[in-house]
Amino acid sequence: MTAMPKISRRSFIVGGAAVGGGLALGLRLPFGPEVVRAADGSPEINAWVVIRPDDTVVIRVARSEMGQGTITGLAQLVAEELECNWAKVVTEYPTPGQNVARKRVWGDFSTGGSRGIRTSHDYVRMGGATAREMLVQAAANEWKVPAAECSALNSVITHKASGRTTSYGKVAEAAAKLEPPKDVKLKDPKNWKIAGRPVKRLDTVDRVTGKQVYGFDLKLPGMVNAAIMECPVFGGKVKSFDAAKVAKMNGVKKVVKVGDTAVAVVADTWWHAKVALDALPIAWDEGPNAKVSSASIADILKAGLDAEQAFVGNRDGDAKSAIAGAAKKIEAVYAYPYQNHVCMEPMNATARYTPDKCEVWVPTQDGEGSFAALLAASGLPADKCEVYKINLGGGFGRRGAFQDYVTQAVQIAKEMPGVPVKLLWSREEDMRQGRFHPVMQCKLTGAFDAQNNLTGLHMRLSGQSILASVRPAVVEKDNGRDALSFQGVFETGEHSFGYTIPNLLIDHAMRNPHVPPGFWRGVNINQNAVFIECFMDELAEAAGVDALEFRRQLMAKHPRNLGVLNAVAEKIGWGKPAKGRHLGLAHMKAFNSFVAAAAEVSVEGGNKVKIHRMVAATDCGYAVNPAQIERQIDGSFVYGLSALFMQECTVKGGRIEQENFNTYDSMRIAQMPKVESIIMPTGGTIWGGIGEPTICVAAPAVLNALYRATGKRIRSVPLKNHGFQLV
Amino acid sequence: MIQLTVNGRSQQVDVEPSTPLLWVLREQLGLTGTKYGCGIAQCGSCTVHLDGTAVRSCAMPVSAVVGKQITTIEGLASGKTLHKVQQAWIDNDVPQCGYCQSGMIIAVAALLREKPKPTDADINAGITNICRCGTFQQVREAIHAAAKA
Repeated sequence: MTAMPKISRRSFIVGGAAVGGGLALGLRLPFGPEVVRAADGSPEINAWVVIRPDDTVVIRVARSEMGQGTITGLAQLVAEELECNWAKVVTEYPTPGQNVARKRVWGDFSTGGSRGIRTSHDYVRMGGATAREMLVQAAANEWKVPAAECSALNSVITHKASGRTTSYGKVAEAAAKLEPPKDVKLKDPKNWKIAGRPVKRLDTVDRVTGKQVYGFDLKLPGMVNAAIMECPVFGGKVKSFDAAKVAKMNGVKKVVKVGDTAVAVVADTWWHAKVALDALPIAWDEGPNAKVSSASIADILKAGLDAEQAFVGNRDGDAKSAIAGAAKKIEAVYAYPYQNHVCMEPMNATARYTPDKCEVWVPTQDGEGSFAALLAASGLPADKCEVYKINLGGGFGRRGAFQDYVTQAVQIAKEMPGVPVKLLWSREEDMRQGRFHPVMQCKLTGAFDAQNNLTGLHMRLSGQSILASVRPAVVEKDNGRDALSFQGVFETGEHSFGYTIPNLLIDHAMRNPHVPPGFWRGVNINQNAVFIECFMDELAEAAGVDALEFRRQLMAKHPRNLGVLNAVAEKIGWGKPAKGRHLGLAHMKAFNSFVAAAAEVSVEGGNKVKIHRMVAATDCGYAVNPAQIERQIDGSFVYGLSALFMQECTVKGGRIEQENFNTYDSMRIAQMPKVESIIMPTGGTIWGGIGEPTICVAAPAVLNALYRATGKRIRSVPLKNHGFQLV
Repeated sequence: MIQLTVNGRSQQVDVEPSTPLLWVLREQLGLTGTKYGCGIAQCGSCTVHLDGTAVRSCAMPVSAVVGKQITTIEGLASGKTLHKVQQAWIDNDVPQCGYCQSGMIIAVAALLREKPKPTDADINAGITNICRCGTFQQVREAIHAAAKA
């Protein structure tokens, strides 16, 4: 766990200082001799940078590290501008309570949507640059020379004319008292020395020795442990439970009803709590959804494929007329299932409640979201609440917008004031109470003229909206539409469609089953990429044109999509596969990055699929740490291909049937293809994300290759339902 | 009282004999480097050595390990010298979230004891741990690097 800074006095904030987005930088007004100090007494130069007397540079990172390397990447950006010695950089998390108290000086804590670096690079770099200027000024003041005659490199400040040098640690106290400069200029990325390089992660050593503390490793004096079960039928409630049956079991301290929907057992150890919970008789009021099944949900979605009413996400010309007047029409229906994030570390949170203070320790993608859940559940004002972020054993979207485990932990802790309660979900609870990848069907209809030119396309989505469930106000404001449903095929923005098609209609018949949907790494690009990129191959075949060439003809106005597509096609050897090998392609713009993948597969015995190579190309604008980008791409294939081959959450009796890895598998090392990454940033003013985009091109690239290998068009995920096995 | 030998030290624990070794390590002995991922010996996050062999501790009752040498991630290094697998993990920047890596490293250390120069096929057969972040490509490179060290 990183150290927590402490605020030793009220800090003064200059709003909107010199940075974009109207964000305060936490720069202090010049009056008064007091300096904001970190917990160890070292001075803050500004909110982002603390410098210790031994020249250690503490860089504050507001975003959460969950394996994606954002702590290292953001620290690289600060350090680049700070001109500090990278070998002496450490990082720490500010707390959400501090952010509130300091008028959100650190900006957004939320770590999702592949936003960690791409939406904070400007103000964190400015934080580093401003601190550098103050340190240089402090040295210049001491030497009584103009700051312009001094330079900074590797945490050393030099006055060339006199040959004097000093270090950041020596001038930090003086620098912390200076007025922050305005109009500080950022470096041209062409001149980066620390950012843009494949430096090693800052947080590896503790992860190989067992020392790294994850949420459920936390130990507090006097702590007790809780195991929980919520009604497995979504929308159901607790009817009754027989606490007396387990009250005398080993270690049991208390049986607690949690809200209307869950029961928890609190015990000395978690194992005792779990054993007692398993033995606890609980009767559920399963509510109105007890008869819902995967089949009944599929029927509702199927009806939406031809429904009159649908929200439009992308329209050009008149697709319906083009289809009605087509010389040839191609139609296909695809489907994508519910899936669970399955973070390796199941959901957990630790809470300690007294009427004067409520604290939560939690692995979270959104410290401020956890803070809001804590406020609501505790009923205490913000100045009596605090959240301490702990490292996450995976996040993938489960630990951001959803803070149900925080709410539960606080509710249980309120029953035992003063006692720290650690709530850990079993894997089974984690599987049952997911916030699932939404379920979606899609009917695609393509129209050709007599010369086999594509003259129209209608892509009709029918299925679940995440925002309608999670951010209903956003949907309401958009007159009922969930624009996020169109990720990757939208008319504009960071998820815009990568083709120009005359007479295009992409619309969504919203159908919202009772299963709670969530932001699952990549979110709606996953199904949309399967739908559009597999159907592109179907259209190309119908037109009698090579799949790459067919795409190129529609991509003249999408040069960056084309750039990554061409890159993977060339590297995989498109058009000339080795004997017995088959190739497939896909591309998409997602989270402002342009990504493409090419797969090389072979199939034995009709169903054993071997993926020999995956080639990936990413144009993310700027590459802050190419080594970590490569790792995110590798990981994206593990996530995306596990989903393609193995993963489906089915619904029976209103609840999710799969409860552990024995029925919901995930890829192993033997199944891992060789991944070749092409990182090809082309700059510009907009930075692209890394953590999610590549996932979506994994499945369609493999499905398209699989068709070439088997002649079978597989139009629903996962492949295990079609008898295919990844070997 | 149950007598155990963990990381070379003799320890007494007061638990029911059916308690899985994982929870004895974590909750009685404070060795939290060994992780819970599934509880049914599927994912490998809880892997420890029993007399040098990799086993999944979440489904192993503590009564079954009496008299055996138990080694956890905390006991893999020799004093301040990291095990060659741990060092290879650092050199190859393997972990992402890191949660599954204790079990992964323990499993690899056992594999290398049995097969000091494993082929890719040996790795595929011997390492079956789940990693949701998807570190497999770096894991494979680091295994080969450790084998050469």
